[in-house]
Amino acid sequence: MDGGELKLYGMWASPYVLRVRLALKLKGLDYEYVEENLANKSAALLRLNPVHRKVPVLLHGDRPIAESAVILEYIDETWPRRFPLMPTDPRERAAVRFWCHFGSDKMFPSLIAILRSADEAQRAAAVGEVRENLKLLEDELREGFFRGRRFFGCEKLGFLDIVLGVDAHFLRGVTEVAEVDLGEDFPSFTSWLREFEAQPEVQEVLPPFDTIVDFLRGHRRRILAQA
Amino acid sequence: MGKYEDVKLLGDWPSPFSMKPRIALNLKKVDYELIVEKMNPKSELLLKSNPVHKKIPVLLHRGKPVYMDFRPPILPADPYDRAIARFWAAYIDDKWAMQVRDINKANTDEERAAAAELIFAGVQLLEEAFQTCGKGGNWFGGDNVGYVDITLGSYLAWIRVTEKMSGLKILDGDKFPQLAAWADRFCAEEAVKGVMPETDKLAEFAKTLMMKLKAASPAK
Repeated sequence: MDGGELKLYGMWASPYVLRVRLALKLKGLDYEYVEENLANKSAALLRLNPVHRKVPVLLHGDRPIAESAVILEYIDETWPRRFPLMPTDPRERAAVRFWCHFGSDKMFPSLIAILRSADEAQRAAAVGEVRENLKLLEDELREGFFRGRRFFGCEKLGFLDIVLGVDAHFLRGVTEVAEVDLGEDFPSFTSWLREFEAQPEVQEVLPPFDTIVDFLRGHRRRILAQA
Repeated sequence: MGKYEDVKLLGDWPSPFSMKPRIALNLKKVDYELIVEKMNPKSELLLKSNPVHKKIPVLLHRGKPVYMDFRPPILPADPYDRAIARFWAAYIDDKWAMQVRDINKANTDEERAAAAELIFAGVQLLEEAFQTCGKGGNWFGGDNVGYVDITLGSYLAWIRVTEKMSGLKILDGDKFPQLAAWADRFCAEEAVKGVMPETDKLAEFAKTLMMKLKAASPAK
């Protein structure tokens, strides 16, 4: 293999890790997977990612790469001809990166806020934010740069599909745990997500939905117990 | 210049985020028009160009907004070196810059000491990262100003203001000689000179901003 063996340190229910696994799957890259116990992190993980001490960490030969967005770009640039993830057009690349940041700076925190909501007021506020974010995404899919496409990556999954798709899948889990009904309010978003989840690579990489729901439920219980 | 005609940037002088594209455009010798956006109230052009965040900077190329991810495109060629550069830029933007800002929120000596410890731990990491990324050159980017230089450099004016307001010497030349020298070098760069706000002017701005924020929020 070019440059050495691939090894991924992860945790089965982490959306950040799942993004990387999906990218590796789409690229057809083999790798060794190491499941970390986040309550008792391995010496290897701490040595490979001393700054953040988090998963995912990708080890390529003897070179560690941390931060999921950084890892995704690294994979894409190191194996550019296999299933390219980023588009070539600079304006489109800028749009992809913008919406990736939207995912991590706005969407993902709003999911967490629902999980952490301890009373009705907090829950309502958190749900309101999620709805606002979904509206922005809905508008983008309908009228924005990516309008008319099956996926953000056009006919195939692309970088942005991987990042937002995994997050959106977890959003479904969160809404189930917190009993939030989003109704039929975001049809373009819903149909994109359905297409994403129907892709064979996505089905192979994502854990069964009910295990994610159980995990999120347990997570919420622990958060509320500490509050 | 055909490809790069009609480039406009919506931004403002105090913002470290506006500085990054300005420096990058200067380094790439692209002419652009700076449209000053005061943000209060937000102009129609801003709201139309960036409805998602309603924030600066926004780059307009031939009238169309290019979504800015606030990151300039000056990366090394090798994928692994790019990954290292992206990693440190993310660390600076997402973690360290917040820690620097937080020292102003410290109310007690204990809080101040704790905030300072976090900041210095970060500067130490960056001092080491300078060696790894720069590989002996003058910049994080090696021989040329690069991605990480621009990311960290864009905060320099605010770092100096924080040093002034908190009395804490962050880029201490005795403790962090490489970074201190790098900071001076960065500020002396042609592409940076016209864009880096003067510390005193920025300090005034910061004071006004803090007063406005205090007035807006209820007393604790």
